[in-house]
Amino acid sequence: MTERECEAVTTLTGSTKRRRGGNQLRRIETRQALGFISPALAGLALFTAFPVVLSIAMSFYQWPAIGEREFVGLDNYVNLFQNHPDFIPALRNTIVFTLLFVPLNLVVSLTLALALAPRIRGRAAFRVLFFLPVVTPIVANVLMWKILLQPNGLLSGASSSLFGVTLPNFLAHPTWAMVMVVVMSVWAGMGYNMLIFSAALEQLPESVLEAARIDGAHGYRMLLRVIVPLISPAIFFATVMTMITAMQVFAQPQLLTGGGPGNSTMPLVMFIYNQAFTFQQMGLAAAAAWILFAFIITLTAVQFRAQKRWVHYEV
Amino acid sequence: MRSDVVEAKGVGVAPVRGGHGVPRRDTGRSTARSVLAHTFVVIAALIFATPLIWAFFSALKPNHEMFASPPSLFASEVRWSNFLEVFQYGPFVTYIRNSFLISVAGTVLVLVVSACAGYAFGRLRWRGRDLVFIIFLATLMVPQEVLVVPMYQLMLWFGWVNTPQSLVLPFAFTAFGTFLMRQFLRGIPFELEESARVDGAGPLRTFLFIILPLARPALAVLTVFTFISFWNSYLWPLIVISDYGSLGTLPIGLATFAGQFGTRWDLQMAATIISMIPTTLIVILLQKHLVKGISTAGLGGR
Repeated sequence: MTERECEAVTTLTGSTKRRRGGNQLRRIETRQALGFISPALAGLALFTAFPVVLSIAMSFYQWPAIGEREFVGLDNYVNLFQNHPDFIPALRNTIVFTLLFVPLNLVVSLTLALALAPRIRGRAAFRVLFFLPVVTPIVANVLMWKILLQPNGLLSGASSSLFGVTLPNFLAHPTWAMVMVVVMSVWAGMGYNMLIFSAALEQLPESVLEAARIDGAHGYRMLLRVIVPLISPAIFFATVMTMITAMQVFAQPQLLTGGGPGNSTMPLVMFIYNQAFTFQQMGLAAAAAWILFAFIITLTAVQFRAQKRWVHYEV
Repeated sequence: MRSDVVEAKGVGVAPVRGGHGVPRRDTGRSTARSVLAHTFVVIAALIFATPLIWAFFSALKPNHEMFASPPSLFASEVRWSNFLEVFQYGPFVTYIRNSFLISVAGTVLVLVVSACAGYAFGRLRWRGRDLVFIIFLATLMVPQEVLVVPMYQLMLWFGWVNTPQSLVLPFAFTAFGTFLMRQFLRGIPFELEESARVDGAGPLRTFLFIILPLARPALAVLTVFTFISFWNSYLWPLIVISDYGSLGTLPIGLATFAGQFGTRWDLQMAATIISMIPTTLIVILLQKHLVKGISTAGLGGR
């Protein structure tokens, strides 16, 4: 028991005057609780809280990894927006990726979750298949797609030998490269949301479905008017989480296209990575990271604000 | 309560499971529907599995036939030897050993820290508990990307750049594990430990001999998630490790493999397949836990 812990215990329990017999016990329990929590608290302070504070400080400095640091105030933030050739494109790429990836991911995963109804034979095996890329190292996923998308890879080869159609060189064309980064990412990531939706669909209240059926709801109307509102909390959760991960995309474009051609698929995290660890501009990178974080927080807040309109928590 | 289920129970027929409607008599229409549904799922699965299947068969080809035209699953020979040759080509044994040791060490650390903190938050009563817990949860909002730049600076100050501990420690204290354990431990009825308390067992003994054995399901879920996230970690090792030959992990090895032997697609594909084996086994063996874990807590670390 260190001195600091002693102090903490005294401050936590307040006066040492005994009120009831239970007070003694309560104090012991508090001390024990502090013992249990101290490793997590120390780790969180050192490896999360302190880096956050440090990161804010770094963003106001010209901060090379090695060498002289210089306080520059808001210059990093101003420079990013005003005279950094790659920053605005990186911001745009991240937003484009998010706008394409999130809806596509949700539609595909929800469709598959609906298709894997309990009556489907071998649905457990199908689920495992769709979930596999989620737990596979992302590098492995990208490499699989790389041999598909080569100019003479499976896609181009199959198309030219079967239909005589020559496909574009996907990864060398700015628009196609972004499309392929999105498609590959949806393929790799949608299994997670599929599982969330499957779990939600299995807990649908049978009585509500029955009532809807008696009222003549079928097919699309049943899906859009009954099932989707019923699982809207799960859809909301999946939307928020998927958007947060989309904003943080890094490995797929970095490995599939190298951010290219040019900077057409370079997202913000890749920009941050390059600034900090290639060009040693750690202050600039920290500023860019905070701008990214501000975007994530804002978008999440908007989502929570908008949920009142479409998320139904009680039937 | 649906009338037909009541009737079904009466005559000893099990009601249909799942939330997709009344058990219908097998009319022609529902058979057609079922065939249609199965066809859709099978086609979707085939399209989905194409990259996986193609990667596997590509790993068995000689390198010069990788991009043969027209493409075919089988080349002139099936080379299982590619899987062995990977290990002679780069320090792949080292990559796999590093990944394994780091994932195991990280998982053990996360389990111990999260179980202890989860116990303090979920079972013990102390002043300021809820406030501290809210602070814990707030840290979950900060994405890894915001942390990597200052974390690298921290590693420079500690002299930990390019060391094994830099791969294990920095991201082993996330609040996710604590949160998961707290949620689970709160659900354990208090009566279970009451008698032990009356007999004079303190929180530590109660924790070790009563709570931990009961928390096995939550610990299993946390083990799977943590192991997988350490095993797949890419951005942080890429930043903090410079000597790939001795400290590289499997994802780093795979990514730089491309740089070293860009023309040896055959070996790269074999290495890709090898890297999938542990996580694939985990998912197949523990799929029930995974679904449960995801539907209760969501998965961090991607």
